[in-house]
Amino acid sequence: MNSAPIAVRAEGVSKVYRIGLKEQAHDSLAGAVLDLVTSPVRNYRKYRALYRFKELERADPESAPSTPDTIWALRNVSFELRQGEVLGIVGRNGAGKSTLLKILTRITPPTRGRIEIHGRVSSLLEVGTGFHRELTGRENVYLNGTILGMSKKEVDRKFDEIVEFAGVEKFLDTPVKRYSSGMSVRLAFAVAAHLEPEILIVDEVLAVGDAAFQKKCIRKMQDVGRSGRTILFVSHNMPAVKMLCTRAILLDEGRLVMDGTPHDVVSAYMTSDVGVPAERVWEDPALAPGRRVAKLRAIRVIRRDGAVAPAVDIRDDVGLQLEYDVKEPGHILMPQFYVYNDEGLLLFASYEQQNAWAQRPRPEGRYVSTAWIPGNLLSAGMFYVSCALLSRSTGVSQFYEQQAVAFLVTDNMGEGTARGDWAGSYRGVVRPLLPWVTEHAESSRKLHSA
Amino acid sequence: MERGAAAITVIRPPAAFEAIDVGELVRYRDLLYFLVWRDIKVLYAQTVLGFAWAILNPLIQIAIFTVIFGRIARIDTDGIPYILFVTVAIVPWTYMSEAMTASSQSLVTEQNMLGKVYFPRLIYPLTPVLAKLVDFVIALLLVGGVLVYYGVSPGWNLLWLPVFVLWMAAIPAGVGLWLSALAIRFRDVKFAMPFVIRMLLYTAPILYSASALPEQYRLVYSLNPLVGVIEGMRAALLGLPIPWEYVLPGAGTALLLLIGGAVYFRKMERVFVDVI
Repeated sequence: MNSAPIAVRAEGVSKVYRIGLKEQAHDSLAGAVLDLVTSPVRNYRKYRALYRFKELERADPESAPSTPDTIWALRNVSFELRQGEVLGIVGRNGAGKSTLLKILTRITPPTRGRIEIHGRVSSLLEVGTGFHRELTGRENVYLNGTILGMSKKEVDRKFDEIVEFAGVEKFLDTPVKRYSSGMSVRLAFAVAAHLEPEILIVDEVLAVGDAAFQKKCIRKMQDVGRSGRTILFVSHNMPAVKMLCTRAILLDEGRLVMDGTPHDVVSAYMTSDVGVPAERVWEDPALAPGRRVAKLRAIRVIRRDGAVAPAVDIRDDVGLQLEYDVKEPGHILMPQFYVYNDEGLLLFASYEQQNAWAQRPRPEGRYVSTAWIPGNLLSAGMFYVSCALLSRSTGVSQFYEQQAVAFLVTDNMGEGTARGDWAGSYRGVVRPLLPWVTEHAESSRKLHSA
Repeated sequence: MERGAAAITVIRPPAAFEAIDVGELVRYRDLLYFLVWRDIKVLYAQTVLGFAWAILNPLIQIAIFTVIFGRIARIDTDGIPYILFVTVAIVPWTYMSEAMTASSQSLVTEQNMLGKVYFPRLIYPLTPVLAKLVDFVIALLLVGGVLVYYGVSPGWNLLWLPVFVLWMAAIPAGVGLWLSALAIRFRDVKFAMPFVIRMLLYTAPILYSASALPEQYRLVYSLNPLVGVIEGMRAALLGLPIPWEYVLPGAGTALLLLIGGAVYFRKMERVFVDVI
């Protein structure tokens, strides 16, 4: 068991947000006018309601339901972190990761619970906060440094190092507005990197910048980790979590559902049905998403045999199926899909364009459109599917459901995949099985004699 | 900050009443300094006249008011030349109105920073209150010039000036604490502010003398903290006896405004970030 001193101790941390009730839409002029007249009263109630927490603070975070105007972003999260540990925080979007980080960095207070932090916390999500375009590089280093919690003396001491790291010596007395974006990001990162906090928070989702900058963040993290400091790392990049972290926790709907080795937590995350189903059906037409022309009735991920498929083998075809009612005839409609990986990266978009319906106005009725993703194209992991239906002439979208369904592609190490007989980790956002051709152009004997 | 024995921070839900953490504010004094300095530096960035605006701004107001109220309306100023009378009031008034406006919008303007990094939130409304003092000090040159021109010497009364300057800064600080917290909640504050400022201008004895009011309303009138500052500063700069009957009631109101503002601000602080 790790006996290093405690760095972070979180006990029963809960957080509830009030998000305010949605505006009601009016479809008559009279309704809209009435709406306008009464809106000050309604707005006042709405904005005041955002500040009412008393009843929520008494509620039990374990069981209190999220209502239309409240969200329990964290429910009773407890963990202990010892010095030198690198903790990966894993979970899908909306699981409470960002909220946890915001509480740890004191940006927002918890509704319940208590956190004890031993040492200074800084986070790479604050990179560049408070940079002012009109100020020079030198001035911004001081301003940003103090915003991040350094004293002027500390900035004085590290100033030369920061400037050298950023490589902006020549432009120190130039206003930052004349910097290239790369330069100002480097400078901002250099300030953050020289904070030397005891506890570092890295949120990959919020990390700005290009691949090179991301790499720099990772390298900095490794340096910090090696120097015995404590790191909290939020990422959708599972290999990075496995590589960098010494421990991981899994959040789901605000609850801490697992705490263990990065390997165990990552595989639990990858194999669990993490809240997004493989099929969604709208039985009640009144609740179905859609506008005047068409309504979405179902979206599902299927196998070749038509069965709903939460998980598919990497070699098998995956069908994305939309079921929708056309209620107003005469429109040319374009069903479309967007496929994202678990890092939120859009892998591709696809719309119906090869068959007759792509050009023909549709009569009323029920339609089922299926798009097939060939086997041996996607890599292993979770994929999220958004769908939409557009009217071709007007471009009006009849419905647009974001990340409505999800499916898992599993790599069972079978034959006939891009992996072949390689058993190690396999990288890449897609994993197509490509035809390879190698020709023996010249024999070595000829090469020598030439 | 010291290494080794690392400081322990405890994060917990805020209590219904939170006292101001003075120690924390002291730790962040360098930040306050740099933010004030940023405001000063950025204010006149890319202007031709730069800090000359700090003099021009009150100067133009003085010119307009002197023509309208001094020449045309011929307001009674207890025998003081109108330019002299209005200059010593317009300069602190300009400071207070600008500091009030900037302070009340401070949280809304800086909401990006508010959602990204923590430091004591009191720093936001306090920064403009301090930054605008630079303009005030520059504008004092104008006051000095007018005093010399009319051959008026404040004499020992000038010793009262720092007291009134402190009080003058306390008013936008108090108003800023109230309104910045309120503005995050109701953005209407921004639109109401110009009217508030105009009303304050006409209700305070800036363009006319407080003695123009009937005796029986004096106490009620003096509860407006601006009355005491303006009349007090006028007396301190023109070498007149300090009119305590105006100064003291307003001092009480100013103190209440400041303390109430701090309490309200701390109370609202817990939800700022969640509703921006």
